[in-house]
Amino acid sequence: MTATLDRPAPTHLSPRLTVSTAGRILRQLRHDHRTIAMLLVLPSLLLGLLYLLWKDLPTMPGQPSTFDRVGLTMLGIFPFVVMFLVTSIAMLRERTSGTLERLLTTPLARLDLLLGYGLAFGLAAALQAVVTVSVATTVYDLDVTGSVGLVVLIAVVDAVLGVALGLLASAFARSEFQAVQFMPVIVLPQFFLCGLLVPREQMAGWLQAISDVLPLTYAVEALQEVGSSTEATGTMWVDVGIVAGVALLALALAAATLRRRTS
Amino acid sequence: MDAVTVTDLVVDRGRRRVLPGLSFTVPAGQVTGLLGPSGSGKTTLMRALVGVQQVRSGRVTVLGRPAGSPDLRRRVGYVTQAPSVYADLTVRENARYFASLYGMGAREADAAIADVGLAGAAGQLVADLSGGQRGRASLACALVGSPEVLVLDEPTVGLDPVLRVELWERFHGLAAAGTTLIVSSHVMDEAGRCDRLLLLRDGELIADSTPAQLRADGHSEDLEEAFLTVVRAREEVAA
Repeated sequence: MTATLDRPAPTHLSPRLTVSTAGRILRQLRHDHRTIAMLLVLPSLLLGLLYLLWKDLPTMPGQPSTFDRVGLTMLGIFPFVVMFLVTSIAMLRERTSGTLERLLTTPLARLDLLLGYGLAFGLAAALQAVVTVSVATTVYDLDVTGSVGLVVLIAVVDAVLGVALGLLASAFARSEFQAVQFMPVIVLPQFFLCGLLVPREQMAGWLQAISDVLPLTYAVEALQEVGSSTEATGTMWVDVGIVAGVALLALALAAATLRRRTS
Repeated sequence: MDAVTVTDLVVDRGRRRVLPGLSFTVPAGQVTGLLGPSGSGKTTLMRALVGVQQVRSGRVTVLGRPAGSPDLRRRVGYVTQAPSVYADLTVRENARYFASLYGMGAREADAAIADVGLAGAAGQLVADLSGGQRGRASLACALVGSPEVLVLDEPTVGLDPVLRVELWERFHGLAAAGTTLIVSSHVMDEAGRCDRLLLLRDGELIADSTPAQLRADGHSEDLEEAFLTVVRAREEVAA
């Protein structure tokens, strides 16, 4: 038995190092003004396009307008997609610049690094959600029956899910080209099957079964609950719990696939 | 007292055997030079010392613990050949982040930046620095943890001669204070600045010596010349 073939050490979490890492990631973001502007403004602009698309179409009496239904759902999908992409590229940069290898020789635990990413981009997503929800409800007259605070909360949990899946996916990407293509692979099926394009109860049984195991489905259902009930419903909290649980699971898996020793 | 003990270390990368079975020790509190041409296995060996290299067999012990042990991570500093700092952060932000990982504060970070002669550029983005400055920023991020063992992969590449001399003086200052330094280089004129020399060629240890001993063995005051003589003598023995 050789001592050099040791197993990865048990991860020692340190909230101080997690926060310090999140601070570093946010500082990197702060130097990149265009990215900040795009993060904050782009979802509102895209939502505006959807608003104009459906503005003059008639609405069935007694039904929510198409924009109210789709726009609300998009508030959860934007942060998920954007944070997935941003994180998988950021992690790939850590890998190619050698900073990841260096971090792995320091006392920073692997899960600290990944939680740092979750925290940093979760905060960025919160800011993004506040801007987008404010613009949607004031400029585009988006009607939300429930609390807009809950919409922001769900958007942030979705963003953290995007971060976690992005970190996990980047472990399997050897190049930027691969990393970018993980986006359609992981994001699009969830988007198609989440119940926005076709209501889930109208899907074929086996598609519904796939939809049942995709986390974005629960994020969309949570938003629909907020859209239709004045009070937070039990279903909504269960949905939020499922999305958060999957995000934590993905972060743990990403930490497990992050090898300290490489060939 | 040895800071590093390597016994029968074998490393494969892909199908290639990069290190076919190395054994040596590195004394504590000295500057040990790891010299050899590009592709001789220096970086692979250094990666094994800091515990990020998958090894096939053998034993690497640093400060009495298996290389890469969790408690070694705050005692061993590693500077990769390509500067591994965040290009989109300032020098100060980089140093403070790495300082925080070692439980150090802003004061230690500023001191490390001053040590590598970057005090005047502390507020600049690393992306806006010259190659040599980036390398020094990377070095500062390892110095900031005051490691007991410092592994430096070609730290002086691309530096002007004045800075190079200053850095070597700094290395010897650290060694005098008890730090063990392992510094790789592919230029023989740096060999003379080391306390001990490990000469690596195709993953094999050609010499484990001192500059004075190598000059005597190779019958030349010029270390490059002496190195060549030693290599040829070895090849004749092998043939």
